[in-house]
Amino acid sequence: MYAQMVKSTGQGVTPREEMTPEEQAFQDRIDADEKIEPKDWMPEGYRKTLIRQISQHAHSEIVGQLPEGNWITRAPTLERKAILLAKVQDEAGHGLYLYCAAETLGISRDQMYEQLHSGKAKYSSIFNYPTLTWADMGAVGWLVDGAAIMNQVPLQRTSFGPYSRAMIRICKEESFHQRQGYDIMMKMAFGTEAQKRMAQDALNRFWYPSLMMFGPSDKDSVHSAQSMAWKIKINTNDELRQKFVDQTVPQAEYLGLTIPDPDLKWNEESGHYDFTQPDWNEFFEVLKGNGPCNKERLGARVMAWEEGAWFREGLSAHAEKAAARRAAVAAE
Amino acid sequence: MPSLPDMATPDAAARAQEQAAGQTARPEDTAPEMRAALFEGLLRLGDNTLILGHRVSEWCGHAPVLEEDIALANTALDMIGQTQLWLGLAGEVEGQGRSADDLAYLRDVWDMRNLLLVERPNGDFGATLMRQFLFDAWHLPMLKALMRSSDQRIADIAEKASKEVSYHLERSTDLVVRLGDGTRESHARMQAALDDIWPYTGEMFIGDGHDAHLAEAGIMPTPESLRTEWDAYVDAVLREATLKRPEGDFAHKGGRQGTHTEHLGFILAEMQWLQRAYPGAKW
Amino acid sequence: MSSEWPLWEVFIRGQHGLNHRHVGSLHAPDAEMAINNARDVYTRRNEGVSIWVVKADDITASSPSDKGPLFEPSNSKVYRHPTFYDIPDEVGKM
Repeated sequence: MYAQMVKSTGQGVTPREEMTPEEQAFQDRIDADEKIEPKDWMPEGYRKTLIRQISQHAHSEIVGQLPEGNWITRAPTLERKAILLAKVQDEAGHGLYLYCAAETLGISRDQMYEQLHSGKAKYSSIFNYPTLTWADMGAVGWLVDGAAIMNQVPLQRTSFGPYSRAMIRICKEESFHQRQGYDIMMKMAFGTEAQKRMAQDALNRFWYPSLMMFGPSDKDSVHSAQSMAWKIKINTNDELRQKFVDQTVPQAEYLGLTIPDPDLKWNEESGHYDFTQPDWNEFFEVLKGNGPCNKERLGARVMAWEEGAWFREGLSAHAEKAAARRAAVAAE
Repeated sequence: MPSLPDMATPDAAARAQEQAAGQTARPEDTAPEMRAALFEGLLRLGDNTLILGHRVSEWCGHAPVLEEDIALANTALDMIGQTQLWLGLAGEVEGQGRSADDLAYLRDVWDMRNLLLVERPNGDFGATLMRQFLFDAWHLPMLKALMRSSDQRIADIAEKASKEVSYHLERSTDLVVRLGDGTRESHARMQAALDDIWPYTGEMFIGDGHDAHLAEAGIMPTPESLRTEWDAYVDAVLREATLKRPEGDFAHKGGRQGTHTEHLGFILAEMQWLQRAYPGAKW
Repeated sequence: MSSEWPLWEVFIRGQHGLNHRHVGSLHAPDAEMAINNARDVYTRRNEGVSIWVVKADDITASSPSDKGPLFEPSNSKVYRHPTFYDIPDEVGKM
């Protein structure tokens, strides 16, 4: 999940009898699966929570370019290089769609960047882990995109129109991302001894961080309850995590790889796998800035932004000059 | 029923297909020196896009604005695709069973045939765009000439690539004009980028024996023949961009013959590392 | 000077003969660059044959409270829809 632990502003779901007539009408529309559009009336909490969630999602796409971007210049074949570059480019595109969706709520992209660069806004914890071998390109596609898709598919039905439309486009474009990751994993897992080792090592390092992507258990969270009532969150974190584990275990078995969890086992009764929770202390440390790559990731984004200022300003200046020239010609 | 050629032998089948497609005999079938020249010519084309595509891809995730990040990746993707075609054909012409990947990932610097221009470090975003512009302004007329190649395979690749490169040139031209005629700072940066890279442009127009062979056979144009169009185009754009064309005509050269700058070794070390470290592995 | 590039709405004609459709937005310093950026951002998978861009600020939208008065009258003009009319089966397809 790209947006982890988005806090809604309220204190939980307001009981219907305490809602204003506007709030009631709003909730009725959501309950009737109507889409909310930017100019429609909406509770301030809905707007703020959405801005937080969508911008966090967008930041994750943009920062998420970096761990894979690492390997574009080292991709082992021309075809792999093209595929990886196309995928990382898609992530930039997805960040762009999401920033635009958030902008309809009355915040600018520059403001969102500022929140990212100052550390105020968060992005998914997963991108603070390093990509150390080529097998990590497989693991990121297979596990990280796999986990992201699990969250994004239901969000296509989210109540806010621009967000929902962005998610539909993103899901359509992402359909190849997870498959290309698994394709890399197959080549590695069925390859030379060294490649098999790389594949297992990548799974070992990415398994628990992938489980963390769904966020800590939120079955008792008042914030999540409100977000679910507003249909900007569709499933609980635990539901999605369980679904991810159930889906991924057979895929790992096919590859002949071992999931690094000795207690992982099929539970006949529940019809699901039992598994070990990730180390949530580590998760909170990464969120606080103490992940292996927090400084590099944020540093790279800040540098790109600051060193590109002259470029953005140069183009603005030219556009103004050109407009002035056109106006002068028209006035003659 | 017309009499059919002997389809049991692959050569005869291939020849029949060629005749059907109205193709002339392949140049490499005729003389060894022609095969060598053709192989060199194709490496020069493929190595240019290989190395420049690599350089441009270094920007992915680091461009000054999201829209440019995406646009530049498109350019890099086009160039990687062109590399696959040119080096694929080079391997076919060589006839030693080397694939495009073998040629990209298993040759050392002295066997690389790209222009020195394309291996220059990226510098700031303006320097990257200036390098791209000067290259595109050469690349498009080159491809247009190759579309008239007597070798149909080359004409076909050039046809496909020229559509992509027309857009590259449109875009790099537009950005050079805008940044040249933008703020004082953007102007200064673009002028510095131009001055810095200018001595690496002359090499595009200096031919050698291989070029002469290829031109005689109508396969590829001489490098010199592309100069007039490039000069006229670049001059016009620089004027619009309010940039000053550098005066000297000194040209660093050697890339097309395999004598490179120090930068190429580092590019290859990075690019080829997996193939070199794990020989024979499939990826 | 650090003013943000304006926002543009992008409309793409996916195939010849179809209407332009809103596909999303992007930032660009002027219309020409918005067109270029739209090509790179929104047609990465050959999605279009023609692009329109409109500055987001230049769009006048009906306000949501107009939704009733603007659209409900046409809702009641059911006679504008072919299903309003019962044509006997034996007349054939119409």
